Amino acid sequence: MRYVEEFRDPVKARAVLAEIARVTDQIGATAENPVRIMEICGGHTHAIFRYGLDKLTPEGLEFIHGPGCPVCVLPMARVDECVEIAEQEGVIFTTFGDAMRVPGTRKSLLQAKADGADIRMVYSPLDALELARRNPEREVVFFGLGFETTTPSTALTIQQAARENIRNFSVFCNHITVPPPIRALLDDPHMRLDGFVGPGHVSMVIGTHPYDFIAQDYGKPIVVAGFEPLDLLQSVLMVLVQIRDGVARVENQYARVVPEHGNPVSLAAIEDVYEPRPSFEWRGLGEIDASGLRIRDGYKAFDAEEKFGIGYAAGTRNVPEPEGCACGAVMTGRMKPTECPQFGRGCTPDMPLGALMVSSEGACAAYWTYGGARAVEPAE
Amino acid sequence: MCLGIPGQIVEITDAACQLGMADVSGVRREVSLACVADRPLDQLIGEWALIHVGFAMALIDADEAAETLAALEGLGEAQETLEQMAEGAKALAPKGEVVQ
Ligand code: SF4
Repeated sequence: MRYVEEFRDPVKARAVLAEIARVTDQIGATAENPVRIMEICGGHTHAIFRYGLDKLTPEGLEFIHGPGCPVCVLPMARVDECVEIAEQEGVIFTTFGDAMRVPGTRKSLLQAKADGADIRMVYSPLDALELARRNPEREVVFFGLGFETTTPSTALTIQQAARENIRNFSVFCNHITVPPPIRALLDDPHMRLDGFVGPGHVSMVIGTHPYDFIAQDYGKPIVVAGFEPLDLLQSVLMVLVQIRDGVARVENQYARVVPEHGNPVSLAAIEDVYEPRPSFEWRGLGEIDASGLRIRDGYKAFDAEEKFGIGYAAGTRNVPEPEGCACGAVMTGRMKPTECPQFGRGCTPDMPLGALMVSSEGACAAYWTYGGARAVEPAE
Repeated sequence: MCLGIPGQIVEITDAACQLGMADVSGVRREVSLACVADRPLDQLIGEWALIHVGFAMALIDADEAAETLAALEGLGEAQETLEQMAEGAKALAPKGEVVQ
């Protein structure tokens, strides 16, 4: 119990942990036959490793890390397309800092910047729009990346650009949605998942109903959770209790922030600007139907894929993932980070080979930062 | 990158565009209030919001704000977000800007 003291309320944390142990036991789960709970959100993965929750919970409970890190699930082809856009004459390419170090086939955005491309890290798509206002003779492209939490921000920014008729601004849209990959994982006959911890901040936008199919069609419990360690533990307990009682419901542990029906302004902006793509490619999961968004025809002028004739606008592409990289298997919970032959050898946070080692929300980076590094040191 | 950071709305800067100034751990940053504008904008002054990539996404109470900030600090995310805000400010005012 070396980490419990760091909790905001260690007494409460101990009580919840004891209850988790008791219910896991009642379920009859053991180290050999564990109950498997997937935390969907990369922020939760980060918190689990940071607070050692996987060590504090019983052996009969296994955390499976979900595909909820938007930088990690981006296939290499998309990174290559970013570099291709960024290296065009007259372009200012803007991106969240998280995406800078993701390896592409030839180079990452960071390397492209070092090679002379005008790539700028911004905090907000609003900053990119401001750059477009200030540089009317340049083409400013924003790398739109992220799940439903982030999608409203680019939708609202595109609406603003349209209102002001800012023609030198466009978004390279890589927005993805949470429910379709969850359905894909549930449909995968090799996957056994007993329940889910749902993402808090995604749900603040979409509400809890988009998860109804998990309970209704697949009979699995899901609890939307905050990302405080105690929130997470409480949510895990709520999932376990449902499993023990043989029920499957969508529950909301984070109701203080997540409204049942989501945020109406955000949802309206998403609906106005975006529509589902027929399918979108995910690293490790392949093409998933209706899992990505594209910009609607009404806002075509702000679609970088159309403007530069790149990506899905250029037809199908196929870029293999790097040699020896197990990102796909780790992403889908089939492999632990330490089981990847590259972990800590060909792939470290300083010299990443795969995307999961880049973002703090990636399972490999989290594993490395909070103790996994020891696993490859020659201690034996 | 999917986490928001709590900030207190301190001023309305552009009512037409629904923009306001937020104080995020002592750093002032202009944010969009569109997603939380369920009341006259002036009434948002003093409120706490969860801010994600420059957009106030949900109003929260002061206790929730304090707890969320503590959790973010524990994860090292608070510092990271403040650095990203500084990066953003830098991107808007780089040396060697081609056109003023
Ligand atoms: S260690 Fe590196 S290459 Fe292996 S799965 Fe993780 S990120 Fe991918």
